Amino acid sequence: MSEFTFSCPIPISDYPQVLLAHGSGGKLMHHLLEKLILPTFANPISASGHDGVTLTFDGSRLAFTTDSFVVKPLFFPGGDIGALAVNGTVNDLAMCGARPRYLSLSFILEEGLPMETLWRVVQSIRAAAEAADVQIVTGDTKVVDRGKGDGMFINTAGIGVIEHSLIIAPHMVREGDAILINGDLGRHGMAIMAVREGLTFETTIESDCAPLAAPVLRLIEAGVEVHCLRDMTRGGMASSLVEIAKGAGLHLHIDEARLPIRDDVRAACEILGLDPLYVANEGRFVAFVPQAQAEKALAAIGEGAVQVGVVRADAKGKVTAQSGIGVSRVVDMLSGEQLPRIC
Amino acid sequence: MRYIDEYRDAEAVHRYAALLTKLTTRAWTLMEICGGQTHAILRFGIDALLPPQITLLHGPGCPVCVTPLELIDKALEIAMQPNVIFTSFGDMLRVPGSRGDLLSCKARGADVRMVYSPLDALKLAQRQPEKQVVFFAVGFETTAPANAMAIYQAAKLGVTNFSILVSHVLVPPAIEAILSAEGNRVQAFLAAGHVCAVMGYTEYEPLAAKYRVPFVVTGFEPLDIIEGVYMAVKQLEEGRAEVENQYVRAVRREGNAHAIALIREVFEVVPRKWRGIGEIPNSGLGLRAAYAAFDAEKRFGVARYRAEESGECISGLVLQGAKKPSECPAFGTRCTPERPLGATMVSSEGACAAYYRYRLDSVGQAETT
Repeated sequence: MSEFTFSCPIPISDYPQVLLAHGSGGKLMHHLLEKLILPTFANPISASGHDGVTLTFDGSRLAFTTDSFVVKPLFFPGGDIGALAVNGTVNDLAMCGARPRYLSLSFILEEGLPMETLWRVVQSIRAAAEAADVQIVTGDTKVVDRGKGDGMFINTAGIGVIEHSLIIAPHMVREGDAILINGDLGRHGMAIMAVREGLTFETTIESDCAPLAAPVLRLIEAGVEVHCLRDMTRGGMASSLVEIAKGAGLHLHIDEARLPIRDDVRAACEILGLDPLYVANEGRFVAFVPQAQAEKALAAIGEGAVQVGVVRADAKGKVTAQSGIGVSRVVDMLSGEQLPRIC
Repeated sequence: MRYIDEYRDAEAVHRYAALLTKLTTRAWTLMEICGGQTHAILRFGIDALLPPQITLLHGPGCPVCVTPLELIDKALEIAMQPNVIFTSFGDMLRVPGSRGDLLSCKARGADVRMVYSPLDALKLAQRQPEKQVVFFAVGFETTAPANAMAIYQAAKLGVTNFSILVSHVLVPPAIEAILSAEGNRVQAFLAAGHVCAVMGYTEYEPLAAKYRVPFVVTGFEPLDIIEGVYMAVKQLEEGRAEVENQYVRAVRREGNAHAIALIREVFEVVPRKWRGIGEIPNSGLGLRAAYAAFDAEKRFGVARYRAEESGECISGLVLQGAKKPSECPAFGTRCTPERPLGATMVSSEGACAAYYRYRLDSVGQAETT
């Protein structure tokens, strides 16, 4: 046997326990992945740093991914844990440029969960799977003691087929690429926060939870040379961009004035002192395409799509944003979750 | 969005910047008191629009940053006790004490909850009479009225399982401490608009007269801040030292009489230790004897507690405007938001966190402005 170590690579003194922030999509989660998980299972396929992987079998390419869903509350305006569990995995496959085909579905249920709740979630899963054109083909159910789970947790894994020869990955991003997004930002995170914390605003903010395979496939079928795709979930747009900037070794520059953010979402963020750039989405993705094809790409993605920035080569692994008053600032990943400020 | 977009209008901001450049004939050093303003300045890049002769120093107005280490240690000790629900505003949860922060307490099993208002904590206490609910009452004059209201109501309703761990601080004594310090560089202040919305601005008038420094009560949007800077520089250029109000849409000279009365009912002025700065006389609020039953320090017997700061952290100098965050040798290397040496690197209002978030380039160097 070669060198083998049982000592934990994240020094105990730093974080002797797992914190919620380790799952928030920010820097702590990346530390966990980079220091503890990825080196343990090092192989060339998992090193791609994508939410899903591309596997090759006899010349044909498949995309494979898995995701777990632990949202509280189980039902929220614009969606529920079931729709999220389907769309989350469908979207990870779509970000590989794949056509999602088959999903697995595993429940971890808490003793005492009303059967009616489970029924509603199962119906929602069926509807979401139909809308995303995927089949649920295998699964599992476990029940844990009352108090050991938040009603239910769901895990889904998915397989999709890649029907083109494009390589879609951060390292394919090129200087001069246009940075496009498919719609307004921050709705999912604020919808959840509003329900969870009992915050009421004049309007109901509903989640943007949606399947993304259709717009991505339209993009590819329109002949757009897609360089990179990423869904902007936990950690929001900022975290997705920082990951891609690092993977591409380029400078991503966005114009904050071009970011579509609904007034109610902006207002809620202002009140709580949150930056919508870091708020989670569940139906939004960023696409990197050659600037010459930007118009075509926007048309293919459809309503709501906008160009928000460009890729530059004047700095490595950096994201900057031009503020509303025309001055640039650095955009970094947050270390954990955004916390509302005191005053 | 109304009341926001008008104050982020790029053209108007640039017009003010041009006027300011025309007005400025020599070097001036200003301090914005409030951490919320510091973040707005860095997030929008307002400092980059100012003429090069104007230096903005960042003041001590970050409640999380100035809460003393031993108080955080007390919070951790109370939170770890059985049967306690410890509640706090969000950005207090990550501030390191000498042994971890409240979020790590939560990971070790403590019932730590984020609330948006002390009144929510009071409701929690009413719903769970078998638990002791403690609220971490930090902040300046801005959060004092709501905290006072929670205690006032708890007393009225006879809620006995609610208490607060108090670390309230006051702005004017901190300003006086800065002005009377040897080597003070601050020539004018932007006073925090929301503090003045509560307290009014008569407290600053004797300071302006005594130390011959202008004060401008200033709001938080880009246009507010650049107008505040413009008004302060105009006073300096004209040799005036007055208290002026830029934030007229929210602030009256006499403040909010109801809020002030409530603060005085529940709290009294006490000496207070500021993290990184030291004890400042008459600079804090503590519960009056009539409300001492709601004092968590007494209830949980953690009143006597001492703690030592990391020797390397210069947050005291940063909070007093003597140093910029980027001048700290540990900045961005040994001190980061994931592993902060001091509270200024943690809070969403802390100056070091603002520099880290908006100014750090990819190789970990702070970009100079």
